[in-house]
Amino acid sequence: MVEVDDHERSRLFERTVLPHLDAAYNLARWLAGNDHDAQDVAQEASLRAFRFFANFRGENSRAWLLTIVRNTFYTWLRKNRPREKTVEITEEALDIEDSSANAVAIHPQFADADAVRRALAELPVEFREIVVLREMEGFSYKEIAEAAEVPIGTVMSRLARARKLLQKRLAPEFNPGGQP
Amino acid sequence: MTCPEAKPLIDPYADGELDVSVALALEQHLQSCSACALAWRNLQNLKKTLKQDTLYFSAPEELRQRIKAELPSPSPAKTIPPRAAWPWNWISITLSGAFAVCLALLLIVTQSRPSAEQQLAQEIVSSHVRSLMAGHATDVASTDQHTVKPWFNGKLDFSPPVRDLAAEDFPLIGGRLDYVAGRSVAALVFQRHQHLINLFVWRATDADSKPTSVPPRQGYNLIHWSHAEMVFWAVSDLNAKELMEFVQNFATDKPGSP
Repeated sequence: MVEVDDHERSRLFERTVLPHLDAAYNLARWLAGNDHDAQDVAQEASLRAFRFFANFRGENSRAWLLTIVRNTFYTWLRKNRPREKTVEITEEALDIEDSSANAVAIHPQFADADAVRRALAELPVEFREIVVLREMEGFSYKEIAEAAEVPIGTVMSRLARARKLLQKRLAPEFNPGGQP
Repeated sequence: MTCPEAKPLIDPYADGELDVSVALALEQHLQSCSACALAWRNLQNLKKTLKQDTLYFSAPEELRQRIKAELPSPSPAKTIPPRAAWPWNWISITLSGAFAVCLALLLIVTQSRPSAEQQLAQEIVSSHVRSLMAGHATDVASTDQHTVKPWFNGKLDFSPPVRDLAAEDFPLIGGRLDYVAGRSVAALVFQRHQHLINLFVWRATDADSKPTSVPPRQGYNLIHWSHAEMVFWAVSDLNAKELMEFVQNFATDKPGSP
């Protein structure tokens, strides 16, 4: 009986979870920062998801898979890059209100994708994951809070700070010639 | 609303996370405050920038294949790749593949296809929210049923029943034309305290049916019924009990009603 369930579970898994592999890889790629590590994380997360799949009762298989990707990544990070900067310090440093980011109009048509990619990659990892989940995956604050296991208030403050940082870094890109 | 109040609301507003009433207040502020309006435009531009396709990394095909290879074979024809490292014993499949496919399809279909009633309920809620967000609940603002009812003449091919329920504490505040499920409909707008009620009415050949609640959507309660070849859908953030009270008052024929 158990073996029959395995095969059937493979089919269900391929149809309900694997369609979200792009989202899983995209999140892993933004978190890990390179293709090789992202493939490792996405693969391990997918296989973990399969192992837990029998217990999956939810409706949102994408949110469920991305939560596993995120957890797999942090386990991987502690093991492979224990010195990666964490957000605690940065969060405090950002407490000073910075209005310069919004002092001038910014025009996305001037921003080249590489500059945006660099700016996003330079964000602390806990900020980056929230930006990816919100802007690229369309997660609600509540879904992000559940995936990242932080209160909604933290999601909101990190998102606002992440955006402020991005705007500040991109302001010169958005306004070639005219410095803010 | 002041700037210090508005600033922290701009992000949640851009993310569609604000209550309608707060969103309306913020929209008003954005119209009058150029600094906040600039922050709002910059945020929209940033969001657009981050949504570019070129920033999204799609999974390499080899990754997809590697993961599939690690799963227990979903069909009896496939052999287990050597690098599989799973704790289960692979035993040949006994359940027919067709049955498994049926199960999978059933799961997908039941998960993804809402019923016609659910789709209609969603459209009704969207129309309701739109009417609130645009600040355009009524085309004809009047508490007089004898002004509102004739206003629909020539705009619809039926004449919706209109009555003022001010005596029952559901005053009529007006009506408007709306568009739901591919047809023009009458929307009558009532109020109880701070809550607006939209009552959508259109012509149909449905048999008469009693008021029925459908599960709330996005925090809005919905009740629908049919009477005299017209379909009625009431929607509001009002609690379910009072909304039913409204419906019963509206649906009950009373002497002197139009």
